[in-house]
Amino acid sequence: MEVVTFLVALGVAAAMAIMLARLFAGPTLYDRVLAMNSFGTKTVLFLLVFSALVGRQDAIDIALLYALINFVATIAILKFFRYRSLEIALAQMSLRKALDGEYEQ
Amino acid sequence: MFYGVSLTAILVALWLTLSGPFTLSGDYPIVMTLGVVSITLAVALTFRMRIVDRETVPVAPAFPLFAYWSWLGGEILKANLAVTRLVMKPELDIEPRLVRVPAEQRSGLGLCVFANSITLTPGTVTVDVEEDGFLVHALDTSFTDPAGFAEMGARSDAASDGKRETR
Amino acid sequence: MNWGEIIQYALFAASVAAMTAGLVFVLAGAIGVIRLPDFYTRMHSAGVTDTLGAELIVLGLVLQAHDWQTVAKLALVGLLLFLTSPTATHAIANAAHRAGHKPHLSRFRPPHPSEAGKPAGKGTS
Repeated sequence: MEVVTFLVALGVAAAMAIMLARLFAGPTLYDRVLAMNSFGTKTVLFLLVFSALVGRQDAIDIALLYALINFVATIAILKFFRYRSLEIALAQMSLRKALDGEYEQ
Repeated sequence: MFYGVSLTAILVALWLTLSGPFTLSGDYPIVMTLGVVSITLAVALTFRMRIVDRETVPVAPAFPLFAYWSWLGGEILKANLAVTRLVMKPELDIEPRLVRVPAEQRSGLGLCVFANSITLTPGTVTVDVEEDGFLVHALDTSFTDPAGFAEMGARSDAASDGKRETR
Repeated sequence: MNWGEIIQYALFAASVAAMTAGLVFVLAGAIGVIRLPDFYTRMHSAGVTDTLGAELIVLGLVLQAHDWQTVAKLALVGLLLFLTSPTATHAIANAAHRAGHKPHLSRFRPPHPSEAGKPAGKGTS
């Protein structure tokens, strides 16, 4: 069983390396954000497999936290690059969107 | 009252899951005390904010959603195999499309479940939400079958009672 | 050989099968992210990893877990990935669309290296 788990961990690490290649090569910003998000998902998987490999439960807690932070970080990066600011409250987003639509027309 | 009790039950289950074996020996009395204090504080604050209702404690809408997820799992499996076959072919041959999918759901939850189901199925991603439908990007023309989208919409409607007027 | 051992071997085999299948899907998704031509198509390939690959690896780990707490935590991680990955994918796609990023919408079929010299019908256009 340990051999299979170890091979799966190696495979997930290889996928993470491929994602890093796309992160550095990605022509647009959105490619990079996508690669970063997918890299985070693979990190969560790697932590889970690692916790089974070394037989410690603590890594699962770290994986849980990492999944949460990964999601929030993706949304925060996208929000920053759309509004160029993190200070706009979410409640004002719809107002801002309506203003943007008016501006486009 | 029902929502308060179920909220407390959910929080207790989450605490017991995350904080280990629940015996009262060794260091565990202080852990249990902290758990009781934090759960009481969270429930009291939620009551004080007066937001304990059907939306914040989605117990009743959850059970049809679990039944819907089992159907969605089969769809995800099929779509995954199709996308993997397309991507791993030695010679890439894809034809991306941008299609409009009509959505008759009226409740916010129904729209949310339908859009997330479309995104969760590989090969189709909801790009934008418009007045009466979604803008969907599909990886290949074989994913743009209107009957498939209609069936998914009807099932997600039934699962999240999307015909309810709550928006 | 009693029933306990048989169940143990069956769990072992199911766990190995689920984790291997999950690894295949994760690697397929990663290779797709490298191969596909533009941002919107790469997104679909990343979705393969986020849904089936991740859930299958979590399922394989659940099948080889020893106590209920590990199972509950793994199920929580799986549920969290299942709920947040479509939202994140939609957020990225929507941000790209709102920023005016145009998708590549014609047929994409790069010519094979052996027939690179010939006029190969519709190429990358």
